Amino acid sequence: MSITTVEGITKESTQAAIDEVLDMYPEKGKKKRAPHLAPNDQASGKACVKSNKKTVPGVMSARGCAYAGAKGVVWGPIRDMVHVSHGPVGCGWYSWGTRRNLMTGQLGVDQFGMQFTSDFQEKDIVYGGDKKLKTLLSEAKELFPLAKGISVLSECPVGLIGDDINAVAKATAKELDIPIIPCNCEGFRGVSQSLGHHISNDTIRDYIIETREFSEPIGPYDIALIGEYNIGGDAWSTKPLLEECGFNVKAVWTGDGEMEKIAATHQVRLNVIHCYRSMNYMCKVMEEKYGIPWIELNFFGPTKIKESLRKLAELFDDSIKEKVEAVIAKYDPVCQAIIDEVKPRLDGKKVMIYVGGLRPRHTIGAYEDLGMVCVGSGYEFAHSDDYDRTTPEMPDATVVFDDASEIELEHFAHTMKPDLVASGIKEKYMFQKMGLPFRQMHSWDYSGPYHGYKGFPIFARDIDMAINSPTWNLVKSPF
Amino acid sequence: MANNLGLAVKPVTETPAAEIERVAAWINTEEYKDLNFKREALVVMPPHACQPLGAELVAHAFEGSLPFVHGSQGCASYYRSTLNRHFREPAPAVSDAMTEDGAVFGGQNNLHEGLENAIALYKPKMIPVFTSCMPEIIGDDLTAFIKNARNKGIVPEGMPVPYANTPSFNGSHVHGYDAMLLSILQTLTEGKKMEGRCTGKINLIPGFDANTGNFREYKRIFAEFGAPLTILGDISDVFDSPCDGTYRTYPGGTPLADAGDSVNGKATLSIGPFSAAKTFAWLKDNYAGRHVAIPMPLGIAKTDEFIKKIAELTGKPVPDSIKEERGRAVDAMTDSHQYIHGKKFALYGDPDQLIGYVSFLLEMGAVPYHILCSKGSKKVEKEIQALLDSSPYGAKGKIYMGKDLWHLRSLLMTDPVDAIIGDTHGKFIARDANIPLFRYGFPVFDRVNRHRYPIIGYQGVINMVTEICNKFIEIVDETCDDRHFEMMR
Repeated sequence: MSITTVEGITKESTQAAIDEVLDMYPEKGKKKRAPHLAPNDQASGKACVKSNKKTVPGVMSARGCAYAGAKGVVWGPIRDMVHVSHGPVGCGWYSWGTRRNLMTGQLGVDQFGMQFTSDFQEKDIVYGGDKKLKTLLSEAKELFPLAKGISVLSECPVGLIGDDINAVAKATAKELDIPIIPCNCEGFRGVSQSLGHHISNDTIRDYIIETREFSEPIGPYDIALIGEYNIGGDAWSTKPLLEECGFNVKAVWTGDGEMEKIAATHQVRLNVIHCYRSMNYMCKVMEEKYGIPWIELNFFGPTKIKESLRKLAELFDDSIKEKVEAVIAKYDPVCQAIIDEVKPRLDGKKVMIYVGGLRPRHTIGAYEDLGMVCVGSGYEFAHSDDYDRTTPEMPDATVVFDDASEIELEHFAHTMKPDLVASGIKEKYMFQKMGLPFRQMHSWDYSGPYHGYKGFPIFARDIDMAINSPTWNLVKSPF
Repeated sequence: MANNLGLAVKPVTETPAAEIERVAAWINTEEYKDLNFKREALVVMPPHACQPLGAELVAHAFEGSLPFVHGSQGCASYYRSTLNRHFREPAPAVSDAMTEDGAVFGGQNNLHEGLENAIALYKPKMIPVFTSCMPEIIGDDLTAFIKNARNKGIVPEGMPVPYANTPSFNGSHVHGYDAMLLSILQTLTEGKKMEGRCTGKINLIPGFDANTGNFREYKRIFAEFGAPLTILGDISDVFDSPCDGTYRTYPGGTPLADAGDSVNGKATLSIGPFSAAKTFAWLKDNYAGRHVAIPMPLGIAKTDEFIKKIAELTGKPVPDSIKEERGRAVDAMTDSHQYIHGKKFALYGDPDQLIGYVSFLLEMGAVPYHILCSKGSKKVEKEIQALLDSSPYGAKGKIYMGKDLWHLRSLLMTDPVDAIIGDTHGKFIARDANIPLFRYGFPVFDRVNRHRYPIIGYQGVINMVTEICNKFIEIVDETCDDRHFEMMR
């Protein structure tokens, strides 16, 4: 493996920046934060930081909660189900339409990207909400007859007051003859949204998978696309791409997802996973239980797409290999033309990344396609296996930060001097006030898709636009 | 059968197109509306958030103030990102990241460690603490926890730490705003009341209002009067800060000293009586000077009331500049009344804003038709009804209390109107009904700079008239046939 470096960044200089950050903390906070910050050791190929630990109280963490991982990430994007935010009104309201997992269909008819809640009141806390839940489920079935199922996503109070949503779901599912999935994803569980992903995966395992079968026999090229959430239409880029390569994409988990197809995913030949963090659990379950192998791919930027498609083709016959080569030959020149246009304006520009899921590592290659270099990266809710995978992707000695707080990111922006920060909505405006170009990389900043060959031109345009907007020249006042 | 519950295995089915078509038509019918209005438990697309969001908004509104969520960190992320998206501004706030062990042992350790870190890292002048669900359910005792923090020396002497219980299973963001503001004022004014002292200033409580333009407009109007003003609390510079290359954690807010001294004010004017009811009730017993609650100054009549009240409280005559402004606003209304007269509106939002929209529309000869409040009260209903009764244009208006946007959809499809006034969340039903949505409420996630355009005062009238009437004109331009596509409108 070749070691890459960034001029001016050494392990010592990065460690000095980290030490300055840690010195801002009181002793206890410092001790807790220290293992989560490190210069990258590219040669090690191993995680350089600790992760998946409790957030330090009193900092501006960007993390969400288990409910956010269940509602926002895993269950929410399934388009033909009613997803009930069970508890007080807020959680469902905040997560209503704020992830950009786009959906096909007519709202309230066969697509339910809405806000459903049991809107807990004081009396529900005192007397419990099980009865209300039962009524609500019947009402949902009556008013939204084309819903293929209902998920019940618990908010904090539900678990604390001892409601038994599992019993209600079981009884009501039978009565209404519709799958009802209780998901005990109370926000206080775990340390981040990550546990919400895991709990949701478990509920798919327990309540969904293998309850449906495709009517046609299993074909040799039947695959499922896992961990693709259709942010800004990503799945509408990746699914057709895989189809062009000769595959039958039988189900997408869970972007623009359909419950019954997800339920029949045990009948595919291969699971192709994009967001490893949120869905590796189910890939492993399906591998163990049904012998379905899985493969991790990266759909960001032509270099990684090409690599990924060839890696995928290796598992199949020559007809697939030929199609994959044809696809690469078709789209590579298109991407190259875009690179030729924007690279002169982006060459050598530095990006600092702080997001979640897969993006802190998966997007690095796409920036490199544009001539850019990563100077720092980190995750909100990753585990060690994510950081293992990140180490080789980041240049040596650049800064790795886990569950970074806002003040740490602000400080690293001063020391690492990025030309672009790629992070989330909570961080965006702090950096923009500093005059630093920024792109939201959870929501594609209301743009997208960014995945696949359809996404790369948009990504390239957006990054070019962010860094080279003339508005940044106006930030410094002449007087 | 390998699924763990042994559920029946069925084939994957596609919903037939005819069935989709049937349901799509059915949800627009009277029959569906009746069924929809029978709902008892399921709430679909409610246009209100929970208490802590409002608490955070007002906790940002004071100098050097760092909002502190006692509860799960995910809650704090939700509130912050909502404010980020609406204002397109930073919303620096912290949480003490309570998790499962907090549920068992209580949240005191988290709170104490959180205060210690927050004070060291973000150097606030004040830390307003408010709660999300978890500590409310387990019954954390904030009074004791914060007292203990002081005794342990975690909170430096003199640093105010107001705190409020803001359970999400009660009320809405409006109530959380009220609870937090009350605690902030109680804390900051403690021991500050001085017999015989009068600041000579008017205190203004804006209520839950996420339009920074409104705040700047309040200040401008008072400046026109030459009347000194303390806004309790002022978000205008906090959520409308300059982009000049420097990030400031605390770019504005009501100075703490001014807030403390507000107890000796000449008078206190509470805008939007439903928005800060508890605060106002407390303040009547504790603040010097006169105490007046008036409606939000939306439309001419309510603004007249506001201006007269300022004149009365300050003892200053209404300045000519304001009189001219009123004239210009009325000019804008008479010039453009024909584009809005008789148009039917659906309205939803927080009580004080709703009352204002109704008043304004009636003045324009427009018809407030479906009026929906998801978190209202009998009192709010009575007030809106009285407004409707005061005008022939109000005769057809009907009020729906405690209903949500899925109810409103049924109303729009069975008894159509020409436009909606609400917030971004109404865009889906507006699209289904093929009518414009005017985003005067909170939040606005899908348009830029809306919060910089005031809707209060005479200037606010001009802004609303301009936006609404031009939209109706645009619709004519966009939909008319070629023969009727004209130079003039």
